[in-house]
Amino acid sequence: MSVITDNSTPASSGRGIRDEMVAFVIMAALLATVPFTGIYPFFVMQALCFALFACAFNLLIGYGGLLSFGHAMFLGTAGYFTAHALKVWGVSPEIGIVVGTAGACALSVVTGWISIRRQGIYFAMITLALSQLVFFVYLQTPFTHGEDGIQGIPQGMLFGLFDLSKPTTLYYVILVAFLLAFLLIFRAINSPFGEVLKAIRENEPRAVSLGYKADQYKLMAFILSGTLSGFAGSLKVFVAQNASLTDVHWTMSGEIVLMALIGGLGTVFGPVVGAFIIVAMQQYLAGFGQWVTVIQGAIFVICVLTFRRGIVGEIAALFKRSL
Amino acid sequence: MQALYAQLLVGLINGSFYALLSLGLAVIFGMLNIINFAHGALYMMGAFCAYFLLNGLGLNYWYALVIAPVAVGIFGMVLERTLLKWLAGLDHLYGLLLTFGIALIIQGVFQNYFGSSGLPYAIPPQLQGGMNLGFMFLPIYRGWVVVFSLVVCLATWYLIERTRLGAYLRAATENPNLVRAFGINVPRMITLTYGLGIGLAALAGVLSAPINQVRPLMGADLIIVVFAVVVIGGMGSIMGSVITGFALGVVEGLTKYFYPEASNTVVFVLMVLVLLVKPTGLTGRAT
Repeated sequence: MSVITDNSTPASSGRGIRDEMVAFVIMAALLATVPFTGIYPFFVMQALCFALFACAFNLLIGYGGLLSFGHAMFLGTAGYFTAHALKVWGVSPEIGIVVGTAGACALSVVTGWISIRRQGIYFAMITLALSQLVFFVYLQTPFTHGEDGIQGIPQGMLFGLFDLSKPTTLYYVILVAFLLAFLLIFRAINSPFGEVLKAIRENEPRAVSLGYKADQYKLMAFILSGTLSGFAGSLKVFVAQNASLTDVHWTMSGEIVLMALIGGLGTVFGPVVGAFIIVAMQQYLAGFGQWVTVIQGAIFVICVLTFRRGIVGEIAALFKRSL
Repeated sequence: MQALYAQLLVGLINGSFYALLSLGLAVIFGMLNIINFAHGALYMMGAFCAYFLLNGLGLNYWYALVIAPVAVGIFGMVLERTLLKWLAGLDHLYGLLLTFGIALIIQGVFQNYFGSSGLPYAIPPQLQGGMNLGFMFLPIYRGWVVVFSLVVCLATWYLIERTRLGAYLRAATENPNLVRAFGINVPRMITLTYGLGIGLAALAGVLSAPINQVRPLMGADLIIVVFAVVVIGGMGSIMGSVITGFALGVVEGLTKYFYPEASNTVVFVLMVLVLLVKPTGLTGRAT
């Protein structure tokens, strides 16, 4: 049976993990120097939130073989919950993040339980339909303020120590959160849990015959992916200072698929690269209106037809390393 | 009661669009193993095609009803020949991603030239006005849409289930290699099937042009509902798609009357219920 990702994920070998750790340190060091380079920090923070979102999405498709076309519902739900908690309840940032992430977690338990009943193409359609259901719920419930969204969200003091309204402080908080979540995903992929997940992706009947409860593993992966997507959504509230319907819309679900695809489905660093590319593209092409949509569509077509491994996947294949 | 009948009629009309679109999706999936995400965009192209024919060439609704499905169908066949055919043998999900990209391109291009607002398309003079049925007032055009869609759906069913061509098609769905060995040009049949599915979508677009305005994003949200319809009905049978499409339209219409807040979401909620009770869909086989 063919598998959605062309990137082979060999059983974790010592060398593979060492390569990835080196790449991780390089990435962390590069990102840590951003505030000294004069690069617009807002752009990088936004990209980091999307990078985390894309990594969480990639966990499901790259290692579970499940393509979710509705991941925006987790990003948006956490965003709304965090924004509401911060603005209306006036809680501190860390509580706000917990509220948002917990909301996304609860949603992922329910939607995961429903959607893993089908696989492949149907799974994609079901998750898309569920996220559209969530979209309409948020469109109609009063606490989201409909088309306006929740705006002017106070950033506050994290743990009473870090003033998140200062761009540099906020940048490092976002960076640390991103790196921790990234390590968590990396750990999950290389854990026994991750290995079983890969086994199910490659050959589900065989994994089942070996006594693994495939559905439980898939649900766990779904919940982990949805919760971390929610974490990204909560962080994004501090950067954008608003929560709107854009984050729950299907176009957002499509964008995150695109980020993971262009970077490389099933690669560890691909989604990060993809997120930076797409966010940068939106930033610089903002004046071209809907041509951005056309370009995104064209990238989808080109990626699917010519390089399905994505950028990082192609590089990794070139050097015969796993990244 | 007047309002209830009116909503039921609206439901039947939406149901006919669901039926025409999910029918096309099912036929395409059978042959190409692709869920055509571009279906909504091509439906929109059908409506725009009717608009251009009227305002550019002065050709009225009746010409559009024939020309638009053929023209958009040919466009679809070009897409199949140039892009989709390279996906043979790959995971089905790549087809979804590719057609999603195609949908973004088509919708983006139309949005650039026509914005997001709707363009009006007048009801043809022969179908204007309405009839008083005693218990309700029936706008003729709306009645026409329901009857005509039903006829097209049944004709498609007849073509696939009862003709020789349809038999080849069903055989090729089951085992393309064997059918090819009998000397039938399967690749050409795949292209024609895609064209047929797209033609049905474009036809739905023309039918909807006078009811819903002609907008670049008119198919974008519709296709997601149609996906839910497909999940509920399963893609196993042609008749199943048609019946599910109409039935869900009616349910949606009833919801609009009894509990309007849920009218946007009722199809998705039903999808959840069906998944909980019978995960393979109402007519579907296990995959």
